[in-house]
Amino acid sequence: MKSRGTEEMKPRAVYLEMKGIRKSFGATHALDGVDLRVQAGQVLALVGENGAGKSTLMKILSGVLHPDAGGMMLDGKPYTPRNPHDARLAGVAMVYQELSLAPHLSVTENIMLGMEPANFGVVNRSEARRLALDALAQLGHSDIPPNVPVGRLSVAERQIVEIGRALAIGCRVLVLDEPTSSLTAADIERLFVLIRRLRDQGKAIIYISHFLEEVKKISDRFVVLRDGRSVGEGKTKSTPLKRVVTLMVGREVTDFYPRSRRKSGDVILRANDLTGEAKPVAASFELHRGEVLGIAGLMGAGRSELLRTIFGLEPIRRGEIKLGVYSGPASPSLRWTQGMGMVSEDRKNEGLAMGLSVADNVTLSRLTGFGPAGMVFPRRQNQSASTWMDKLQIRCQGPGQRVIHLSGGNQQKVAIARLLHHDVDVFLLDEPTKGIDIGSKVEIYRLIDELAKRGKSVLFVSSYVPELLGVCDRVAVMSRGHLHRARPAKSLDESEAMMEATGAL
Amino acid sequence: MKDWGRKVGPLTGLVIVFALFSLLRPGSFPTAGNIELMLLQTAVVGTGALGMTIVIVSGGIDLSVGSMVALSTVTIALLLNIGVSPLAAAVGGVAAGAFCGSLIGFLVTRLRLAPFIATLAMWGALRGAAKGLANEQVIVAPSTWLNNLLNVLTDDQKWMIVPPGVWLMLILACIVGAFLNYTRLGRHIVAVGSNEQTARLCGISVERTKLVVYMLGSGFAALAGVLQFSYLTVGDPTTGTGMELDIIAAVVIGGASLSGGEGRVLGSLVGALIMTVVANGSTKMELPNWVQEIVTGGIIIAAVALDRYRHRRME
Repeated sequence: MKSRGTEEMKPRAVYLEMKGIRKSFGATHALDGVDLRVQAGQVLALVGENGAGKSTLMKILSGVLHPDAGGMMLDGKPYTPRNPHDARLAGVAMVYQELSLAPHLSVTENIMLGMEPANFGVVNRSEARRLALDALAQLGHSDIPPNVPVGRLSVAERQIVEIGRALAIGCRVLVLDEPTSSLTAADIERLFVLIRRLRDQGKAIIYISHFLEEVKKISDRFVVLRDGRSVGEGKTKSTPLKRVVTLMVGREVTDFYPRSRRKSGDVILRANDLTGEAKPVAASFELHRGEVLGIAGLMGAGRSELLRTIFGLEPIRRGEIKLGVYSGPASPSLRWTQGMGMVSEDRKNEGLAMGLSVADNVTLSRLTGFGPAGMVFPRRQNQSASTWMDKLQIRCQGPGQRVIHLSGGNQQKVAIARLLHHDVDVFLLDEPTKGIDIGSKVEIYRLIDELAKRGKSVLFVSSYVPELLGVCDRVAVMSRGHLHRARPAKSLDESEAMMEATGAL
Repeated sequence: MKDWGRKVGPLTGLVIVFALFSLLRPGSFPTAGNIELMLLQTAVVGTGALGMTIVIVSGGIDLSVGSMVALSTVTIALLLNIGVSPLAAAVGGVAAGAFCGSLIGFLVTRLRLAPFIATLAMWGALRGAAKGLANEQVIVAPSTWLNNLLNVLTDDQKWMIVPPGVWLMLILACIVGAFLNYTRLGRHIVAVGSNEQTARLCGISVERTKLVVYMLGSGFAALAGVLQFSYLTVGDPTTGTGMELDIIAAVVIGGASLSGGEGRVLGSLVGALIMTVVANGSTKMELPNWVQEIVTGGIIIAAVALDRYRHRRME
């Protein structure tokens, strides 16, 4: 595993080194001795579950936080950034998961923001434009128009602008934090081409991702973080993925997709030619009792819209829905009473009220039974939430803790617990495992399996085909608003599903 | 446990300013009579702050409350003049408030105006309506028990401890506090303020909730108008100018977040008291008015800055 010996013989010097980094917040050791080295012209993947300390480490690298112990060297010199500005001047640039661009400003203005070439305070526009075009050309994306407001660009283009900004300040170390989480497959390919290009230009790149397939594809080396320590590193090519997962989780993951014997019953949800505002287009499917039906497809294929139309969050243009004995469209509140619940894809902005407590979030859709005549006694509310916290093993300080302080995986469990508290029969799950650690993913798979076994029905939307094939009974692929016929998961394989999704089939 | 500082923060501020003025003017400031007077002076803004807390917790804002207070005094005076009983006149004033609140609710939920804009428009329109109804004059009304809600207690009334108007404010504060914390509708209001999309996803009717919120907000403003009428004993279409800002300041000092989802009724009352104490104490110190106003500004900044600091430490 450890391949330090061979690397030290390489002629290229270590470009950035972090050694023995420690950082505590109060009594919790966020980082407890992390070593990380990356060379110029290399892509280093930083992997680890949520809460392993990746973001704390990167905050230290970019000068947002200061380490309690340990040191950093950049290009052979000690590197101690006092703030993010310092770090940028030293050539360390971050591209964050949530892009930090000003939507109303133009591409040029965004790239040059904070370092506009100016004469006596007046921006030299032609020079700024030239520098911006230069940065875009370096990225091989001269196709992005420099005068357009960034708000009108696609997510993928915005990301390129953000990387362009890092280049314009002359970055030597580039950190990409989950850069692909909101990109389509084609855009991911283009991003990889760009990353390789930057690598070949001699940049040191740190690539943070949950998607190990991507790590395998793009990185030269990897470092695994667990519980604030670096627990393993090595060359990506010669290390099997399974080994990386074992390092991340700290134990052997044997049963990734648990699946017990299930029996499908009658049809509980039926859609006929269901058509929304733009998507879906004439979608038809049947969901049975005790069945998990997967919806695969690319970003923007209309999978979320399908769920939202069914749940009454978006209007129905044509077609019909029948849920149990109820037919026709309904508002979300009616859907809840009809025994249907939904977990939103956007946990932060829609799924959960981040400022409210775990108990409030779990019970929000059904605040009855906590007291007489519309009263809600917090003690009873907390009791009820506590049972679900135990069942789903939600790790938090108590039912009164605000969900914003929970890890992504635990937040997602809170969102799912709401459906359990409401005791719905039909679960609409939109990307329920997005951005959460592997341990929590497996727990959610297990929960879905248990629900199906108990006769509940699950509509499971995901961009990650292997989990759909692992968890679902049948899978239907959606592309450009059209829903293809559902097929048994056993008879599908990943490439076939992808072909269908990209419209090649 | 972490929210502890949040709960006692404004109260600590109140204790500090009270202690400060007590030290500086031990003879005239901390007397029973002066404390009663300060409670009286807080009643109008405090009552308005109850409604404003609901509005701000729901993620909205109401700039029209000062004008609503004026419209309410005018309505009460007009009703008394046509021979309606005092209680009915007061109820009429509050009903006018609830009606105006439903208008705001309509603008916000149906026309999808931002609350700031909708209530800015109502700030002008309601003031105009008050002036129109009153013919741009003060309306003299017959003397009734309504005029005695905010009088300093006479010796044979001492058993009441504080005047009835102050009791009204305190009792309503308890009710509103319990409403927000312990009822389904109250929790729905907090949820809408915390994250509107989540509320919708959970099947809460966001529109209906907001409609109730603005009706309550304007209703309490009109009730503040009843107290203001009691204080003035006339209907005055120009009263309460700028009062909306005092009320918002009280709620903000009390620890509410203007982005919604957070706010405490008790905090808002304490915020209103802090402002009265500063004003009263400054008068006792014979400080000019402009000093008071600067100090009040400083307190708003200090309260919010402290709150931000606490937030940052929690995250």
